[in-house]
Parts: sequence; structure tokens; C-alpha cells
Amino acid sequence: MEERSWIQEFLSIPGNELFCEVDVEFIIDRFNLTGINTSPERMQDIIDVVTGYGNEFDSYGDPDMVDDPTEIMARHFYGMVHARFILSTRGIQKMLAKYLNGEFGKCPRALCRGQAVVPIGLHDIPHVSFVKLYCPKCEDIYHPFPLRQSSIDGAYFGTTAPAMMFQAYQKYIPRHSSEQFVLKVFGFKIHEHAELARWQQKKRAELEQERSGH
Amino acid sequence: MSESMAYYESDGTGASSMDETWAMKFCMQSCNQYFCEVADSFMSDEFNLTGLSQLVPRYKEALELILDLEHENSVPIPEIPLINQSGELLYGLIHARYIITRQGLLAMLQKYKSNDFGTCPRVLCEDTGLLPIGRSDLPGYETVRLYCPCCRDIYMPTSERFLAVDGAFFGSSFAGMFLDIMPGIEKRASQIRKQQFQLKMFGFNISPLAKFGPRMRWLRQTPESEDFQKSDGGGIDPSVL
Ligand SMILES: [Zn+2]
Ligand SMILES: [Zn+2]
Repeated sequence: MEERSWIQEFLSIPGNELFCEVDVEFIIDRFNLTGINTSPERMQDIIDVVTGYGNEFDSYGDPDMVDDPTEIMARHFYGMVHARFILSTRGIQKMLAKYLNGEFGKCPRALCRGQAVVPIGLHDIPHVSFVKLYCPKCEDIYHPFPLRQSSIDGAYFGTTAPAMMFQAYQKYIPRHSSEQFVLKVFGFKIHEHAELARWQQKKRAELEQERSGH
Repeated sequence: MSESMAYYESDGTGASSMDETWAMKFCMQSCNQYFCEVADSFMSDEFNLTGLSQLVPRYKEALELILDLEHENSVPIPEIPLINQSGELLYGLIHARYIITRQGLLAMLQKYKSNDFGTCPRVLCEDTGLLPIGRSDLPGYETVRLYCPCCRDIYMPTSERFLAVDGAFFGSSFAGMFLDIMPGIEKRASQIRKQQFQLKMFGFNISPLAKFGPRMRWLRQTPESEDFQKSDGGGIDPSVL
């Protein structure tokens, strides 16, 4: 049987489909690791694990029940390197390919009609918040589904990656729509809801006018 | 459906050997989690069924089925699947009418309280409870959506098992009527609604005039809107810079 690399093992854990494969060259370049909070003595061990082959811990059965300290540190290290990698040219390309393939899932908003989303963190510091999904059509953030993705640290994706990606590849920004849902009762729009929707449409028109005049 | 068919054939009368009614069985199926049990008294009152006979094929047999009545005329076996289908359609249409009555709204309130409809997937709605809704009140047009009273938007159910449930079985008016009897929901939502998400790059907002800048802020904006995480400076880890 062909031996899989540690990274391939990691990516095959359910939930980890949100991560892309970080290039080994990126991981071994110490410049990219500046400031990653791993004790210097352990750093080389962890790099060796992450860039190595096989995974001695998968034989324990449930991949989520990892208690080996080196494996835990290796996974955290991979996540933090991943956050930086996806800001690099190569990393953006890899995340873009996954986005275009719909591998991160779809926007749950009905009027976004299955628009593909990208993972995003609300913080760049680890252990603060879980990963979310950013929809480039409605420009809002959603909880991931399935649930196995919902306990992944958001810092492994960071706050900046989606903006970097759509700045670099503007042609993949979906077409925005002015369509909006307004609640009705017996066919009549609720007054206060219709009022807000009108106000929002006015805001939209103002922005579009400003943009076209620019 | 195959389940109800089997029971139907073996029994012949539609009367259950257990004390389970057809409606109970229907509501227990996992794809029907959003439905409440329509009171027997409502279903047997012909006034509440006005006009439905034109929408439902084999109406009479379908009604007998969902009321657990014995069929007046015997039903040929090849027609059983059609009658089962008609029964579900009829139940759905009666359900849409029932849930906008006082009794039906209360039945749905129980389900709302036990989180049967789920919570809004939008992060800034802070788990506001959803309500099932159909944009069309006529069957066959669109499957069920979920309305969030906080962002006032509609969502696809996350689980695939709901993606074949007709929206007309919940109708367009239920959500509005429900919120009307539950003013506490809007009170909470009006506070949460002020927050807005803004995509950032290294902690900085992107100008709405930039080519790839935000163009959808209006969608979640209210006159009181404020930025989510405004004081956080974007929370950027300085080592990334
Ligand atoms: Zn969207
Ligand atoms: Zn919402």
C-alpha cells in the first residue's frame, strides 16, 4: 500500500476539506514561519512530522480523538502555516480552484441560488472563534454545514484571504443582485418591512451611482 | 411513503392497530419535521376544506385516508400510491390553513420552542430561530424555505431531506402571523440587526468604490447599522504583516 504523506492524511480527516494542501517548500522556509508560536526546540520536530510520511496516530481509530501532544501541535502548526500560505500567490490559486469547484459548499441564502462560498476567520489569533463561510454574492458570513467543519479554528483561514483572492481574481466575483425578500401576509407586504426594503434599495442605488461616476 | 403503503395494504381499512393516526405517522417522518399535527376537529370541518377538492386528485379517498376513516368504496390496489400521494398533498394544504389559526399558531409555537425549524445560518443573526415559509401558496411551485425574523431573509434548509417538501404546505402568511403574536422575537431581533459584517484586508475596510469593493451592504443595512468588530481593529495578528 502506498504511504500517504502526513498532509494527505490530515486533509482526509472529515471536516478538513476546507483546507488546501500547503506546499512543503513553503513550510520548510523559516521566513514563512516567523512569529508562529511554537517553542523553538519543538519547531524542527513538528516540521519533520508535518512534512513527513504516514501518521502513526491514525491507527487509534477515531481521528478526532487525538491526544498525542506532538500530533496536536503538528495540526495547529499546519493550520497557522495554512493561514499564511493562502495569502501567497500559490495559496490563493489553490483556494480559488477549490472555490470554483464548489468544495467549500454553497451559500444557504435562498436568493444566492447555490453561490459557492469560501472559508474565512473572524480573527487571526487562534482559539478565539471558529471558521465561517463568506459568500461573495451577498457579502455576508454563515456558519458552516456540515457540523464537523464548525469546530475548526477560524485563525487557520484568517480574516484577509477572501479579500486577497477576490482582489487578485476579480472576474470570479459573482454578479450581485438587487433581489430582496419582503415578508407578506395574505399577499400584502408588511408596512414596516416594505419601508426598510425601500430604504435599502435607495442605499443600493446611491452606491451604484457613486461607483459609476467614479 | 412505502411505509404507509405497506401498512395500508395489510390492514385494508386504514384504521391503525396501534393508536397512531395517519397524521401522527406523517409528522413522525424525518422529512416532515416542520409539520405540526393538525387537530382532527379542524380536518373534519368541511368549512376549512373549501376549494381543496379542486386541487387534490381522488380527493374523497385522500380525505378518508388522512382522517383514518374506512373507505366507502373499495380502492383498487394500483391506485393506492396515487391516493397516498393525494393524502399527503391534502394534508399539506390543510396544514397551511391550520397554522394560521389560533390553535395552529400555538402548535407551531411548541415546535419553534423545541427548535424544530433550526436557527439562522447567518453568523450575525446569533442563532435566531427560523420559521418555515412558502413563497407560493399554490402547490408545485417551490419547495419550503426558512424565514429569519432577524435578517428578514429566506434560507434553504441545510438538510437534504427537506429539499422536496412543498413550500405551499406552510404558505406565505404564516411567518408574518406568527411574529405578530410573538412580539418578543422582533424585540430581540431589532437589537441584533444593527450589526453588519464587513470584509477586511489586514484589518482595513475595503473602499466601496474599489473595483472589488463591497456592493451589498445595503442588504443588511438599517438606519441604525454599525460595524461588527469595529473596535477590534480587524483583530489582525501583527506577525502576519
Ligand atoms: Zn450569499
Ligand atoms: Zn438571519
